[in-house]
Amino acid sequence: MTPERLTGAQTLLRALEHEGVDVIFGIPGGASMPIYDPLVDGSSIRHILCRHEQGAGHAAEGYAWATGKPGVCMATSGPGGTNLVTPLADAKMDSVPIVAITGQVPTPVVGNDAFQEADITGITMPITKHNFLVKDPDDIVETVREAFHIATTGRPGPVLVDLPKDVLINETSWHWPERVKMPGYKPTTKGNERQIVEAVKMMLAAERPVLYAGGGVIKADASKELYDLATTGQLPVVTTLMARGAFPDSHDLCFGMPGMHGNYTAVTAMQKADLLVALGARFDDRVTGKLAAFAPHAKIVHVDIDPAEIGKNRAADVPIVGDCRDVIGRMAAEIARRQDDQGAPNRDPWLGQLREWRQRHPYRYDQQPDGPLKPQYAVERLRAIADDDTILVAGVGQHQMYASQHWRFERPRHWINSGGLGTMGFAVPAALGAKVGQPSKRVVAIDGDGCFQMTAQELATSTTEDIPFVTAILNNGYLGMVRQWQELFFDQRYSGVYLNPDVPDYVKLAEAYGAVGLRVDSADEVDAAIEKAYSITDRSVVIDFRVDPSEGVFPMVPAGASNDDIILGPEAVQPTTDPAEAPIA
Amino acid sequence: MSSHQKLHTISVLVENKPGVLTRVAGLFSARGFNIDSLAVGTTESPDLSRMTIVVNVETKPLEQVTKQLNKLINVIKILEHEPGSAVERELMLVKVRSDGDARPRIMEIANVFRVNVLDVTHGTLTLEATGKPEKLEALLELLEDFGIVELSRTGRIALSRGDRGIKERVLRPAKTAGAG
Repeated sequence: MTPERLTGAQTLLRALEHEGVDVIFGIPGGASMPIYDPLVDGSSIRHILCRHEQGAGHAAEGYAWATGKPGVCMATSGPGGTNLVTPLADAKMDSVPIVAITGQVPTPVVGNDAFQEADITGITMPITKHNFLVKDPDDIVETVREAFHIATTGRPGPVLVDLPKDVLINETSWHWPERVKMPGYKPTTKGNERQIVEAVKMMLAAERPVLYAGGGVIKADASKELYDLATTGQLPVVTTLMARGAFPDSHDLCFGMPGMHGNYTAVTAMQKADLLVALGARFDDRVTGKLAAFAPHAKIVHVDIDPAEIGKNRAADVPIVGDCRDVIGRMAAEIARRQDDQGAPNRDPWLGQLREWRQRHPYRYDQQPDGPLKPQYAVERLRAIADDDTILVAGVGQHQMYASQHWRFERPRHWINSGGLGTMGFAVPAALGAKVGQPSKRVVAIDGDGCFQMTAQELATSTTEDIPFVTAILNNGYLGMVRQWQELFFDQRYSGVYLNPDVPDYVKLAEAYGAVGLRVDSADEVDAAIEKAYSITDRSVVIDFRVDPSEGVFPMVPAGASNDDIILGPEAVQPTTDPAEAPIA
Repeated sequence: MSSHQKLHTISVLVENKPGVLTRVAGLFSARGFNIDSLAVGTTESPDLSRMTIVVNVETKPLEQVTKQLNKLINVIKILEHEPGSAVERELMLVKVRSDGDARPRIMEIANVFRVNVLDVTHGTLTLEATGKPEKLEALLELLEDFGIVELSRTGRIALSRGDRGIKERVLRPAKTAGAG
């Protein structure tokens, strides 16, 4: 039988179908047009036309976060590709599996500064896990297979495949390889048994252990294993910004988020711990504060699928390279076995201490009935009226921290945000992608007014493609987190942060995009607006919460300070007047 | 020389594909690692290239360098050469001023160091020297007295001693048990 002849573009689409791709977020252009032509003839893949390539990239990320499957975005050469730079960098920092397909100018003119040419593989080398420039249509299938394999295995991440126009137009013979050969890529997934036993012995011997769960627990779908380990060993859990929902917030052993804006108990538990078991976490500066002063009494067990994370920031006493699901599952089994033999250690003193701190130092804010609307109150009500299956998405800044602090997360893959890169404008397109991936679930984006204006045009995609979600803007008229730092560390010299809460008119803007716009000015209007928003399922809704611009995110550990110097509330702030002492980054 | 303690030689076996050198060099700059020298060329297998990289580990530990390099998809194998465990060589071309009575004195040095003279003019001598890095350093120090017009070095290349090749060796057992 002679092999079927297909164009490069047809080959690409069929290869994507074979990889299980059901949706592509993209925008066409000159170099990528050959890919769009066979879509007319019918494909199992749905193409969702976004309004900006950055939106397409974040939508692919949102899809991947919500489903665990790789998200796919597509752009043309030159500016199409460069507009993907931010989402690719975001996906690299947060280990999100996405595959970006870009058109490229035809191979004979590559390097000639042709119209809409950019060296996108060169540009994205440091912000992708790997990338490819395909020079021959015969290589398309293997490249697609390798791209998806790399994106989804080991430590997940973004992969870009650049396809010159002639490669898409020229013909090749269809074939589907069972496996691909990558001699330089063999991630270690199975943890070392001796190290696992050693780690469990240390957990049983420790008086003040803490499970420090990071995003890797969610990436590895290891929530059940984490639950088994924590409950069997009676081990308290903190969940980083990337791991909210990896362990249920309502559980007595859950002590919430540590870090710069974490709660007192989570931060202090780590500072006082004699054993930290880091699970798919990377000792990020937002968690550790001043590294030299972080968890000074703790021995470290560090589990990560990426060997380069182990020992990068903090030396590990027991390093374990492996997949969190495999390693945590075996830890849970081992601790159960040993406790059956020798009995379980008495955790009461440590857990009692943690519970007392939790009682004494909850997140706090003061919503007066007649006072200005507090953003935390809006978040609490958004959560109280939603169900546990609601997916929450956030942008970056104060609203993101309020969301992480005041939402109650019960399930993994129900919290989506930009952690490592801190990409403003993430929420709206990521919510769009999450809704595509989980169409039966309610998706709520909590956004800031600054963030919202960076990517709001994807509301047009939402309306046109019938992908409804709710966006709750915590509108304080400022770039709030920068304003907060200027208040605390720059002597209240506000500079370049005022946005104006009335411009644009968010209600009219929502309506212009075909969404429903609602405005909330005071606390007593909050519930009715949320109930109305949640009752609308046939189109998107934007709620403009006019919140108190003077509110700040607390607790706070200033950048570069020790976690022991946690500031619980605005009354405890000692303003820095010497600019040299102001924290950096 | 004390500077040798902060310099480590590693051999990196990579797929012979476009852009691999950029990936390796880019990784060094992006991660803040300092390269002292980098030499790259073909190997016994046509689909593989070999890089010899001399890394300055003053700012970052070598372990981070090798771990990050290992994450590059096109990197097949990394071998860190312990001091004395490898033969290391470098090629150097140097053009030296040889006015007046300098020429015979330079020729004498060239003889002692077994250095080839490649080009002679009225005012200069161009020498070709091969050897261990310490030998080249010693030679340069002597030649500096005469005035060096220009200098070009290949950077170090290395092969480990013994009968096994890089493909049969494992990376120095990392402290990270389970990696591998």
